[in-house]
Amino acid sequence: MRLDGQAIVVGDDVDTDVIFPARYLAVLDRKQQAKHLFEPLGAEFKERLDRSTVLAAGWNLGCGSSREHAVTSMIGHGVRFVVAKSYARIFFRNAINIGLPVVESPELAAAIADGAAVDVDLAAGIGSTGGTSYRFEPLPPALLEILTAGGLWARRAKRTAA
Amino acid sequence: MGQTLTEKILSRIAGRSVAAGDFLELSPDWTFSLDDGIGLVDRYLRENGVEKLIAPEKIAIFYDHYSPADTPLHAHIHRLGRKLVERFGIPRLYDVGEGISHQVAIETGLVKPGQMVVNTDSHTTTIGAIGAIGSGIGCAEMAYLWAFGELWFRVPSSIRVTLTGRLTHGVTPKDIVLKALQELTARGGTYAAVEYHGDALANLGIPDRMTLCNMGVEMGGKFATVPADAVTLAHYRDLGLDPGPVVQPDADATYVREVKVDVGRLEPMVSAPSRADNVHAISSLERPRINQAFLGTCTNGRFEDLKQAADLLRGKRIASGVRMIVTPASRRVYQKALREGVVETLVEAGCTVTTPGCGACAGIHQGVLAEDEVCVATSSRNFIGRMGNRDAKIFLGSPLTVAASALEGRLADPRQH
Repeated sequence: MRLDGQAIVVGDDVDTDVIFPARYLAVLDRKQQAKHLFEPLGAEFKERLDRSTVLAAGWNLGCGSSREHAVTSMIGHGVRFVVAKSYARIFFRNAINIGLPVVESPELAAAIADGAAVDVDLAAGIGSTGGTSYRFEPLPPALLEILTAGGLWARRAKRTAA
Repeated sequence: MGQTLTEKILSRIAGRSVAAGDFLELSPDWTFSLDDGIGLVDRYLRENGVEKLIAPEKIAIFYDHYSPADTPLHAHIHRLGRKLVERFGIPRLYDVGEGISHQVAIETGLVKPGQMVVNTDSHTTTIGAIGAIGSGIGCAEMAYLWAFGELWFRVPSSIRVTLTGRLTHGVTPKDIVLKALQELTARGGTYAAVEYHGDALANLGIPDRMTLCNMGVEMGGKFATVPADAVTLAHYRDLGLDPGPVVQPDADATYVREVKVDVGRLEPMVSAPSRADNVHAISSLERPRINQAFLGTCTNGRFEDLKQAADLLRGKRIASGVRMIVTPASRRVYQKALREGVVETLVEAGCTVTTPGCGACAGIHQGVLAEDEVCVATSSRNFIGRMGNRDAKIFLGSPLTVAASALEGRLADPRQH
C-alpha cells in the first residue's frame, strides 16, 4: 500500500486527551468527531491541521486512554496515514484494527518538517520526505493484512464475500 | 525456560506454551465495556448485522464514566446500552451508581486470579491486583470479539518491579507507583507487562495493589500485575468465594528490565502538570494555591483512600476558596464509608460527595475546571485539558496529599498533618 500527503508535526507523548477530549466520547460519527480532533491545541493548530493529510509525531503517540476516537477522528478528518517514532499500544492496536495506516520509524518521523510532503510504501517499508528515503520495519504480515483490508471488520467482510 | 505470570496466563488461554513476542488469536476470560464506549460497540454490531454474540456470559457492562447521565446525548447512549443488553441477553449490567468497572470486578470477586480481562478502558491494568491480567482495547475490536469470540494479541515481555521495605507515616501506595513511574517514565513499559514483586507487598492489601497496577498503563504497560499470595487468597476467603487455581510466575522467568524501590525511603510524590511521569518529591516542589481537590477514581477512590483522607481532615475545615470533591469508586465503597462515619467526617470538613463512578477525572462532569484553575487530584492523568479545560493545571498525588492540600489551600506535604 502506497500513500502520500502533506504533514503536520506534533511532539512526544501526545496523549489521547489532547487528541480527542473525553467529553465528546458520545459522538459516534467520524466526521463529527473530526471537529474535536486536537481541540485543546487551539485555533492556529486547527487551521494547519485542516490543510494536512499526514500526522507526524514523536515518541509514544496516543498514550493514555483506550478511546478509539483518537484514531477514528483522524480518519474522519482525512488523515491518510501517521508516522511516529513510536506508539502507545492501545492507539497502535486501534489504528491497525480500524484501518488507519501507521508507520513506526524514528528516522522518518524525525525528518518530516511541518507542511512537508511525505510518502510511504507500507509493505516495502520505505518512506521519503525532503528528497531523502528512509527504511523502516514493515508491520508483521498478519497485522499488515488487517490494516490494508481496512481493519478487522472490513477484512471479515472481504473474507465472507470471497 | 521459565515463564512470567503473563506468559503463564496467556499459555493457559492459548492452550499451548507461549513466550514474549508471540502473536496469538485468543478468547479472554472476560470482555467488559463501559458507558463511554458502548455506543460505538453497539454501532459496529448494528452496521455489521450481528444478531448473536458468541459468549454473553463473559460480558459485563458498567456505567461509570458519565453516570448518572449529565447530557441528553449521554442519556441516549445509556439507553442504547440497556437495549443492547436486552437484545443480546447479556447477564451483567452495572447501571448508574454501581461504580467503576475495575473496582466492582475486584470487590465482588467477579474476576479471579489467573484470568485475563479486556475492557474498553485503559485502566484495566488495575485488575492485575489479584494476580490476573487486564488490558484496555478499542471498541471496534471489542465488538469484533463479542461477535466472533477471538482477537489477536501479542505476548508482552515483562518488567520486574521489586518493592522492599515498609511505608512510613504520610506515605502511601500512590507514592510508590508514582516513584516507579518516575523511574520508568511514560514510555518505559510500552508494550510490556509490569510485574510487582518484593517483601513490601506483604503489607499491601488488595486496594493498595489496585493503585500500583492502575498506573501501569501510565508507564505504557499492557498489563500490570501482583502475583497472587496470602493477601489475595484472604480477599476471596472474606468474600466466601473460591479463588480457583492460582498461577505463579516461574523463579527463572525472563524480565527485560528490573526496577527496585525501597518504599521505606520514599516521601510523598507528586506529578506536576501536564504529564503523569513529571514526578517530583513533594519537598522539591513549590506550593501553588489550589482551587479544587479531588479524591476518587480507579486510582484512589476506595474505602481505604477515603478513610485516610477523613482521618487527616477530622474535626477540621478545608481552606476557604477550595472545593473538595469526593467520588467513591463504587456503591460498596460508598456504603462502607457511610457505615464507618467516613462520609460524615468528610462532609463536615467541607467536602462534596458525588455518585460512585469515575467522577471528575476525565473532564466530563462532576468537577470540571475553569481556565487558570489549579487542582490536586488522586487520579492518574494530568494531561492538558484532562479535567475539561486546557488552561487548567492538575497535580497528582495521594489521598493524604490531596486532603492536606485542601486543608492548607495549596499543594501540601501530608507528613506535616
